[in-house]
Amino acid sequence: MNAMSLGPYASFIITAYALVTAVVLILIVWVVLDHRRQKERLRALEASGVTRRSGRGTADLP
Amino acid sequence: MTLIDLANPTRFLSLTARILPPLALVTAILLAVGVTQSVMAPDDYQQGATVKIMFIHVPNAWLSMFVWGVMSLSALGTLVWRHPLADVSAKAAAPIGAAFTFLALVTGSLWGRPMWGTYWEWDARLTSVLILFLMYLGLIALWRAVEDPSRAARAAAVLTLVGAINLPIIKFSVDWWNTLHQPASVMRIGGATLDRAFLIPLLVMAVAFSLLFITLHLAAMRNEILRRRVRTLQMLQAGKPSA
Repeated sequence: MNAMSLGPYASFIITAYALVTAVVLILIVWVVLDHRRQKERLRALEASGVTRRSGRGTADLP
Repeated sequence: MTLIDLANPTRFLSLTARILPPLALVTAILLAVGVTQSVMAPDDYQQGATVKIMFIHVPNAWLSMFVWGVMSLSALGTLVWRHPLADVSAKAAAPIGAAFTFLALVTGSLWGRPMWGTYWEWDARLTSVLILFLMYLGLIALWRAVEDPSRAARAAAVLTLVGAINLPIIKFSVDWWNTLHQPASVMRIGGATLDRAFLIPLLVMAVAFSLLFITLHLAAMRNEILRRRVRTLQMLQAGKPSA
């Protein structure tokens, strides 16, 4: 985005776009990290000998 | 594939594992196209370049209400049909909806300062959206406060359906009350009043943000299913006699 062409309110426009980008990235990172954390916890529990009644483990997770 | 087929969490995990990678790719491409079109859009004759804030403000504002609508359907799924994934859907959607509502409020504020001369005005539209944001935070707090997900689900479902009353208030606030906020210019009887140069990038961004929500929502639902499996195993572990 060329700040020169954004007129006297360029700072408002750039701040708005930067904020949306930041929040969207935070959402994506949160979802990805949460997925890794839950899989890790499941793996640790199964390694300690606890299994679901169905017998399915993290290895069967799609 | 019917809704009943998706009632099985394992089947849901299997289906979303296949759907999510292409969905994320399409979302990223559409977001890139939308942002490029937004940046290249001409200045408005009155607002100048600040009209570019519209391309991110309006999709977030639409989604703030759409996500609550999705949560309301999920609430019905919990209370009426007792669909096993309904409360998973509602719980996963709440933080994403809160983020979109936060962005709608802040980008609106950043647009309002140069156009209206103020960051905030306690008028009907702005206040009703702020109430929506507070309701999202309240729901997230409720989910965290009650340990048993099935008990939390019923209370959250009732709260969500009561909160849905706010959606028509937000939508029609600009018609019912005197407000600084402009009336609807896209979703209105008689068609959109926006010029094509602004309407096309706006619609592309709206579709891109909607796909972003669907992608994040499905991924967050997968995480919630895994979290519940962890909880079940932890309870089994706690009940297992030590060797």
